[in-house]
Amino acid sequence: MTSTASPQTPDDLDLGGDSRARGTDRGFRGLVTFAGLTVLIVLGLILVTTTMRAMPAISHEGLLGFVFGTRWAPNDDVFGAFSMLYGTLVTSLIGMLIAVPVSIGIALFITEVAHARSRKYIVTIIDLLATVPSVVFGLVGVLVVVPFITPVYQWFAGLVEPIPLLSSLFADTNTGRNYFTAGLVLTIMVIPIITSIAREVFDTVPEADKQAAYALGATRWEMIKGAILPHSFGGLVGASMLGLGRAMGETIAVALVIGGSFHISASMFDTGNTMAAAIAQQWGESTGLHTDALIGIGVVLFAITVIINFAARWVVRRAEIKMRGAHT
Amino acid sequence: MKLNRRAIFGTITASTLAFGLAACGGGDGDGAGGDMASGEINASGASFPDAYYAAATEEYAEVNPDLIVTYNAVGSGQGKSDFGEGLNDFAGTDSLVGSDDGPEEGSYQYIPTVAAPITVSYNLEGVEGLQIGQETLAMIFQGDITAWDDELIAADNPDLELPSTDITVAHRSDGSGTTGNFTKFLDEATESWTLGSGDTAEWPSNSIGGDGNTGVAQAVTETDGAIGYVDLADAAETGLVTASIENADGNFVQPTLEGTTAGLDGAVINDDLTYNPLNAAGPEAYPITAPTYILIRTDYEDENVAAGVKEFLTWLLTDGQNLAAQNNFAALPEGLQQQALDVLNETIA
Repeated sequence: MTSTASPQTPDDLDLGGDSRARGTDRGFRGLVTFAGLTVLIVLGLILVTTTMRAMPAISHEGLLGFVFGTRWAPNDDVFGAFSMLYGTLVTSLIGMLIAVPVSIGIALFITEVAHARSRKYIVTIIDLLATVPSVVFGLVGVLVVVPFITPVYQWFAGLVEPIPLLSSLFADTNTGRNYFTAGLVLTIMVIPIITSIAREVFDTVPEADKQAAYALGATRWEMIKGAILPHSFGGLVGASMLGLGRAMGETIAVALVIGGSFHISASMFDTGNTMAAAIAQQWGESTGLHTDALIGIGVVLFAITVIINFAARWVVRRAEIKMRGAHT
Repeated sequence: MKLNRRAIFGTITASTLAFGLAACGGGDGDGAGGDMASGEINASGASFPDAYYAAATEEYAEVNPDLIVTYNAVGSGQGKSDFGEGLNDFAGTDSLVGSDDGPEEGSYQYIPTVAAPITVSYNLEGVEGLQIGQETLAMIFQGDITAWDDELIAADNPDLELPSTDITVAHRSDGSGTTGNFTKFLDEATESWTLGSGDTAEWPSNSIGGDGNTGVAQAVTETDGAIGYVDLADAAETGLVTASIENADGNFVQPTLEGTTAGLDGAVINDDLTYNPLNAAGPEAYPITAPTYILIRTDYEDENVAAGVKEFLTWLLTDGQNLAAQNNFAALPEGLQQQALDVLNETIA
């Protein structure tokens, strides 16, 4: 054993015999490799079996017809998933538009503003929010939020009525079960996820960067803007993507508050449906082609999640290249 | 290629089944020639009659503690598919068996158990005693009539002062036999209805969905101007106001258990014991009634299971019928009860 840069490499540890140590090491490596591969294998198997199972419905409609068809009528064997695709995207978008700024705010408050002592409690409370089962959020949504918020929606719809674009985006309604309520419920559910990752990301900003900003006479806000946010951009996108994944896949809470109708409406105050919610709602009484079509929706949801994740990665890479370019 | 669903439910049901059989084998030896069957009966299916079946199995546990009957309310579709795959001993279903539902033709026999009215409940401040004609009902639920002061509604209610509130249709967001029977009624009884019938429907755009009967009841309660179809038990529990619906004889009838049994009396019973109580004749008959059946096998592999199923169903069709009313279900009329018992005795010798 010649001296190496790091004396803590496994080869240098005396574990009572080199060959045994190496054997253990090899065994360990095999075990963790297998664990890592399991994820890929399971994911692959899920994709293969669901796609095969969904084929009858997809070939019945044609892939484009299945994804972009606007009519979902199991009684007539017509399966177009677009109203649900639309609902999934719209509710997730509402959820993200509210949750991302709020979460970043909370994370900044925890890392930069709050006292060390109160910090611990805030973190615990936020994490506690993440442990509440989604069905509880759904029930609170449908029993408390929906009846309470309907007049608020009506008031707001009346307020924006004279404004052209907003009036169709927030049209008058008589129910609180709609895209917007679903978006609000999703907001509450993704805030803890985004917050806790954003917090970790902000913690990785080198103290030197922050001190340097202060040394140049920056205020706290200027320091956050100049030192923390640029450094954390990639991590924040990642945090948001995890939140988005949760929002798009959320099933039962959305199923309870979205109103379960297969329409496409520009108004956020209209009833709709999402992919995950529709699967849960219709699964029990479905047979034959209808069942296959529901599985097909699952495949579409999976594909969209993958596409969005890759797109996010691309955004992060581009932004980081640009930022590094600007720095040097 | 029914891998997923079968795998999951298969494992669960198979393990319970194995447990049940083991319990059978290990039980006391007097089972073969004794009066009472013993062991475990495993059933799954429709959720609509679940409240009644739950009460019945609980009561039955006191009648014969040695025979344990479990009913899983997984939905009619799942129940039928379980039946086809041999995963349950009998299935509950609100709908008839279709060609791709699972059970093979000739392998099953329908046994009717109870029925229940489907109410048309509404939320309209200050309006009570609303009467709705059949054609009007169809037009309301498919969105042709959008305001409460429509002249067609007014024509059925000359004495009522109707507000101009918008109508919101509340429906089931999950697939449901209740939706199936309600749309089947509209489809068969009216000319205006164009949305067909089935466990799901293409509701108009002025509609909201609720999960389960409770969900629809909740949606009606919270929405001013809402109208929805809800089973009697949930409508009564939520305190909803129910509309009187025009029946085949042209009378406006409130959804009651008496009206339902009257409807069953007026229904034509087919040879396979299926019947259609929707819009049945009779001055008192409530027109929107949902029947529910149990599917039994024509050929049980295990004698013990066959004896258990027979014994439980015999009880369900006799003493068990008394439990129906307190759970807001209508008992079968005596004639149909007897017919069902006869068929049960023929099928399981």
